[in-house]
Amino acid sequence: MAEKPSKVLIDPFFNSNPVALQVLGICSALAITSKLETVFVMAVAVTAVNGLSNASVSLIRNHIPNSIRIIVQMTIIASLVIVVDQVLKAYSYEISKQLSIFVGLIITNCIIMGRAEAFAMKEPVGLSFLDGIGNGLGYSLILVVVGIIRELFGSGRLLGNVILPLSTEGGWYVSNGLLLLPPSAFFIIGLYIWVLRTWKRDQMEEN
Amino acid sequence: MIESFLSLFLTAVFVENMALAFFLGMCTFLAVSKTVEMALGLGLAVITVLTLTVPVNNLIYKYILQEDALAWAGITGIDLSFLGLICYIGVIAAMVQILEMTLDKFFPALYNALGIFLPLITVNCAILGSVLLMVERDYNFAESVVFGFGSGFGWAIAIVGLAGIREKLKYSDIPPGLRGLGITFITVGLMSLAFMAFSGIQL
Repeated sequence: MAEKPSKVLIDPFFNSNPVALQVLGICSALAITSKLETVFVMAVAVTAVNGLSNASVSLIRNHIPNSIRIIVQMTIIASLVIVVDQVLKAYSYEISKQLSIFVGLIITNCIIMGRAEAFAMKEPVGLSFLDGIGNGLGYSLILVVVGIIRELFGSGRLLGNVILPLSTEGGWYVSNGLLLLPPSAFFIIGLYIWVLRTWKRDQMEEN
Repeated sequence: MIESFLSLFLTAVFVENMALAFFLGMCTFLAVSKTVEMALGLGLAVITVLTLTVPVNNLIYKYILQEDALAWAGITGIDLSFLGLICYIGVIAAMVQILEMTLDKFFPALYNALGIFLPLITVNCAILGSVLLMVERDYNFAESVVFGFGSGFGWAIAIVGLAGIREKLKYSDIPPGLRGLGITFITVGLMSLAFMAFSGIQL
């Protein structure tokens, strides 16, 4: 049980990545990654909620009756997400409009629920917080990779700055329109998993 | 009247398919699609829960949370919509629990078939996603029933389709690193490309 804090924090990056190995939190990874800017906002929001919810669940873990633990966890997560939602609406309204329902969907982002259930219910507060942050960052890592590929090759920009001048605007780069469409996120994550599993062979599945 | 409901239903099933156009409920979509039988059970459970929760949340939004919604009780000038998320998720969790108990008591056979999937559904983003879309689009009660059923139906079609493909995939020779999750992602990507053919259709 006595796991090293650094291991708890770093492991989710590659060894037990929430998206690539645990199959958690896929929905938002797909829908909002066509622009890097929204990706950053989402990544920060999820990491913050994940860390805080893990810490709060862990804080009261010995007082939650087992039969209603899901509802208690849900309530904690939902309250945190409401805070994030209100902050976004107040300080960056444009982005909050673009993310539309996906801010609310952080609640049902299974990473948060999954980590609360699998880790925070058993471990002390500090470690749980680190685990939450680590998983949030592991999720962010995938989102950022997918976001960079999609925005750079789909529209030739990064964070709105032109990197590859498009041929339609007098440059030389013919953009790949497929990357702007949502299905491309599936292909990119699929290929990412392929690369990751070729590198970390123990994650391969039979079937 | 009937026509507008029919078009709302078809839009929810095909054009705005929860799984393949909005990518909601992906976690369960990928995790529980190994066999057609299980996919069918989960699909039915999602249809039931969506058909119940979307209208109930619609009522809650219309009569409690919306700005000035409490006018029927003589209270005006209150806007509780910031409490939306916590109410919707509470309703969903409660409905799933009630459904589970009802099935257990009155339809044991159905409970045995669906039972294990019901707890999963609380955290299925297709449910909360449909509720939030319903709020954003301001559907009335009847529309929300149709929308809830339609989006559940669309999700069920998608997961059964994927399970069918995955059953056949077992016999194919896939590169080792791509087996399992990787190839599933790519399959879903192709399915979703196919469903994009429906996008832009106005009914």
